[in-house]
Formats: sequence, C-alpha cells, structure tokens
Amino acid sequence: MGMNRLLVLALAVALTASAQTQSSQSPSQSQSAYRGPRTPGGKPDLNGIWQAMNTANWDIQAHSAAPGRIVALGAQDAMPAGLGVVEGGPLPYLPEALAKKKENFENRLTADPELKCFMPGVPRAMYQPFPFQIVQSTTGILMVYEFAEAVRTINMGKPTQSPGDTWMGWSNGRWDGDTLVIDVTSQNDQTWFDRVGDFHSDALHVVERFVPVSSGIIQYEATITDPKTFSRPWKMSMPLYRHVEKNAQLLEFKCVEFAEELVYGSLRRKSEQ
Amino acid sequence: MTSQSVARLAAGAFVAVGVCLVPLRLPAQAPAQAPGAAAPSTARPAAPKPRPAGEKGAARGWTVPRTPDGKPDLQGLWTNATVTPLERPDGAKEFATAEELAALEKRGNRDEQAKADAERGTPAASTETPAAPARRNGIGDYNAIWWELGKKALENSRSSIITGPSGKLPHTPETVQRLAANREYERLHPADGPEFRDNIERCLAWITSGPPMLPTFYNNTYKIYQTPKTVAILVEMIHDVRLIHLDGSAHSSPAVRQWMGDSRGHWEGDTLVVETVNINSKRGYIGGGGGRSGIAPNNDKMKVTERFTRTAADTIMYQFTVENPGIYTGPWSGEIPMKATDEPLYEYACHEGNYAMHDILSGARADEAAAAKGKEKK
Repeated sequence: MGMNRLLVLALAVALTASAQTQSSQSPSQSQSAYRGPRTPGGKPDLNGIWQAMNTANWDIQAHSAAPGRIVALGAQDAMPAGLGVVEGGPLPYLPEALAKKKENFENRLTADPELKCFMPGVPRAMYQPFPFQIVQSTTGILMVYEFAEAVRTINMGKPTQSPGDTWMGWSNGRWDGDTLVIDVTSQNDQTWFDRVGDFHSDALHVVERFVPVSSGIIQYEATITDPKTFSRPWKMSMPLYRHVEKNAQLLEFKCVEFAEELVYGSLRRKSEQ
Repeated sequence: MTSQSVARLAAGAFVAVGVCLVPLRLPAQAPAQAPGAAAPSTARPAAPKPRPAGEKGAARGWTVPRTPDGKPDLQGLWTNATVTPLERPDGAKEFATAEELAALEKRGNRDEQAKADAERGTPAASTETPAAPARRNGIGDYNAIWWELGKKALENSRSSIITGPSGKLPHTPETVQRLAANREYERLHPADGPEFRDNIERCLAWITSGPPMLPTFYNNTYKIYQTPKTVAILVEMIHDVRLIHLDGSAHSSPAVRQWMGDSRGHWEGDTLVVETVNINSKRGYIGGGGGRSGIAPNNDKMKVTERFTRTAADTIMYQFTVENPGIYTGPWSGEIPMKATDEPLYEYACHEGNYAMHDILSGARADEAAAAKGKEKK
C-alpha cells in the first residue's frame, strides 16, 4: 500500500472519528456548508442505503464492554464498549421511570421487544445494526428498514395527525434549509431505545434532524421529549453512513419466523402426544 | 375447550388483530370452482366488446404524467380489488358480455360470502347463530362479511384475471397431486406449531405483495414511490415493501432467497418491465400466503415478469407472466387494470398483536389434552 493510500485511509479514519466525537460533543450542528446532489425540486438528495455504525442499540449511553447474556454464545454475545450517543449527562429519568428502567434491565433477556421481532420504533430503527433505505421521491419519503421490514412513510405535505398510536409513529417532515426535519408523534409505549431497557411512554415526541455533511454521511439528531418519563428533553446524535458498495441493496430480514420458537414454542404439539 | 370455543376465540382475536384464516381466494386451494363468476351464456353469441383501459382518459386528451427524469409517473395509491376471479369459470368465454359483467358485479361479493361461509362453517353474514365448524381442520374464522373484494369486475371485460386460451393455471399432474396431498397434510396437522399455519396468519408475507401482485379478500391497496433508481411498492398488510432496482444492475446471488425475490426493472418505452427471480420456497404456490412448512412448492426456478403501463389518469395496466417449470406445464399470464384510489395506508402491526396464533395453538393443545383425558376414563 503506497503512502498516499495510507494517508487517505488515515484521513478517512480521522474524519470518521471526528464525526463520532462531534456527535456526542458538539451540541448542535443543524446546518452544514456541504452542498451535495439535489433532487429536481432542489432539496438534498438523501436517496440511498444508510446505516449507523455505533453500539447505541446495545446501550445509548456510554458503557464499558460487558459479558453476554447467553453462556453458549461466549464472546459473540458480549457487549462492545461504546462512548454513547446521548448528549450531556445521564438520561434525565423521573424517579419512577428510573426504577422501571432498572426493572427492564433485569428482565432484558425476555422483555426487550427486539427479541420478538417487534417493530423497533423511532429512533431505535435508525441505529439498529441493520441498513435502511431512504426512498425520496416527488411525492414523499419512504424509509424501509431491513430489521423486521419495518416501514415509515414521511408525509412531506401539509402536516397531518395520526388517527391512533402505532409502533413506528406518525411522521411529518419538512425542510429547514438543507436539513430534513421530521416530527414523530403517536408512538405506543411498547418499544425501547436499546437492549439495556432504556424506554419511553406513549407521550414520546421525537424531532429528528437529518443534516447531509458529505456525500457519504448524514449527521442525525433526535430530540426526545417525554414528560411522563423524563424531567427534560434530551438529544441523541450520530452519523449515518451511506452504503457505497456497488451492489448494495436492502435484503429481507423478516424475523418473525426467527422469533416464533421464542414466542410460541411452549404451545407446540409434543411429539407422540 | 372445544373446537367451537377455539373457533370463537380465534375469530374474535382475528377481528381485533386483522390476521385472517381465510384461505387465499385461489383455485390452487379450491380448484375448479371459480367463485362469483358470471354463468357462461350460451344463448348470447354476440362477440363481447372489450372496454379498453384508458379510453375514457384518452378521450379527455389525457397524457401520461411524468417524473422529473421523464419516465411515466406510477406514484400514488392504487387498488386491484375485483370480483373477477383468477381462473376462468368452466365454459366461460375469454371476454364477458356487458350483461354478464353486470351480473357478476351484482352477485360477485355475495356469492363469495355465501360460498366462503358454507365452506368454513362460519355463521352466515345475515345470522348471528354460529353453525358447527365444518372447515377441514375444525377451526372456523370470521365470516365473509369482512371481505372487501371491491364491487367491480375488471374493466378489461375479461372473465378471469388469467389471460390466454384456457384462463386456467396450467398445473402439472404432479402439482395437482401435491395440492391434494397438502390439503390432507393440513387436515392431519392443523396446528402442531406456528409453521403449520398459513404464512399470512404468521405475519410472514401478505398475498397481494407478490409477485405477481394478485388481489385477495381484502386490503388490495398499493402505494408506489418512484425515483430514477428505485420503485418501491408498499402494501399495508405485514408492511411488505417491494424494492425494484432500476439501475441496470444484475440480479443478486441466487444464494440469497427472499419472500418477494430479487426484482430488477427497466423501461421499455413507457412501460416499466420488472423481472423477479430468487424467490424462496416458503411462499405459497402463487402469492405470499398459503405456504405452510413442508408443503410449499419448490420455487428455485420461479420467474415473474411484470409490466406496468399508465393507460389513463386513474389506471395502471398491470400485466404479468409466471414461469415455474415443474409446477406448471408452461408460463401463464394475467392482467389487471389497477385503479387509482384515495384509500390511505396505515401501519399494520400484524405480528406484534398476533394473539390469534397463541389462541389457535393453545386451543389445539387444550383439545388434545381433553381428548387424552377422555381416553383415560374409558
């Protein structure tokens, strides 16, 4: 490998590292000087396949590496350390909510909705270790997630109201300059933020900001407001990386069949009954 | 718990959840009884005049709407709900007369309801008295009043969705035998475990998503998004999304088998042509539903070619050809003019609320326990 290539690689690593550091340190990066490809309507073109590269799905807060939960899986199931994606100090849980989080943690091996292949909700869908695709057309935006084939349709027209609570919420989007802002309401209280039991209520209100900072990176922020669970709003942020493989495509991970034994196994007919 | 109480329990859960036991309205499972079709008219030799899709629009000087890159714009909400059956009724001609179509539209849905209710032993839509479950596995489900086939026959005036001289699925003799064996297998193993139930009950795949995209008993709505490189087709049930790649790339590795296969599209003039391969063998014979473990067809060689053409302000002409050597004696084709609709899609959390699966399995286990206890007493 020539010196030039090494340099490019080092630069890429440094950029990535700085983006990650920025994510948890700079409080707000709402706009960017970057001007990338545009849609015919003149908005940033976010079409593509994206994925977070962090350990937030394990734990959105800073955490040490830790042993796995299933002995047979050894190192494979162990939790990698992470600097966290939450800006500021510990999550501002209300006292009862903090107790609930601890209970969730104790029960995480059976209670995490991810185990059962339930739709992950927002923002967890954005940083599960699976890619998702943004289909940004002239009529609106569709986000398709590989995990559980979860889907969000983003209404880019006049804001509308959900007729009821759902797993993936109700998304109204708008452009703030070159930033895509999505207001997510009407999520139910069944989804978690991560595998250690961080959770929310049905009062959850998420405001997401997608700031394109290069052709390969969207800086993603989610501001969480949930007065039933937290004493104040808080924010998480992270870069989302574009899949640049020439043959990149979203594949099916219809995980229901992988969770059936867990969910229904006890109801299976015993052989020779 | 008796079968009947299981049936009621399951039916209640299904209504609440929306998961459904109703088998796909396809002759693959109910052969040679295309329901709701106009009786063939022998007394009316007059050649039927097909109603060409788009006639109305064209008359108004309609032109194909286009996306900014100049391609026909397929976006929006569409439905393929119809009372026209998949297979042509025995004796019917390829095209129906206006009178036959009117009769079909008047009777279609009610015929479907009556037939379905009788087949499954569910209470008729007009009565609240439950009949004894007569379905092959003794488990009933909600009656056909919940069905929504639309009110219209296909506006192409065809007597069936399937085109061609026979209008029937060209099953090989082996497939016919296999389908009969499957029905016996289902009867013997109605609820041994989740994989013994239909894919749609398991929330694994919905019928309409295809390919081919065929209508079923309800929720026949599609939402299409289109960019220069991707066409995404979303259906509400089981939040299935087909992602069709238009970038000219080759199919992905055949080692990757998917429920909806691997779809690549290209434009031939103003028609979007989509070719799909690498469909898994867990699906049913035609759409996503129907396949139960151990009795699904081998889809290794299945290929579906679809053509989407905007023909009017409110119409996409959808045409398809299915090839699956070994399952069929040859390719078979069909066409459906899909109509614009203003029915929006919402989230359909199928698996997350699938209490019906729990109830079906636990009910079956309770029945077995009761039967075993009865034996002991004797």
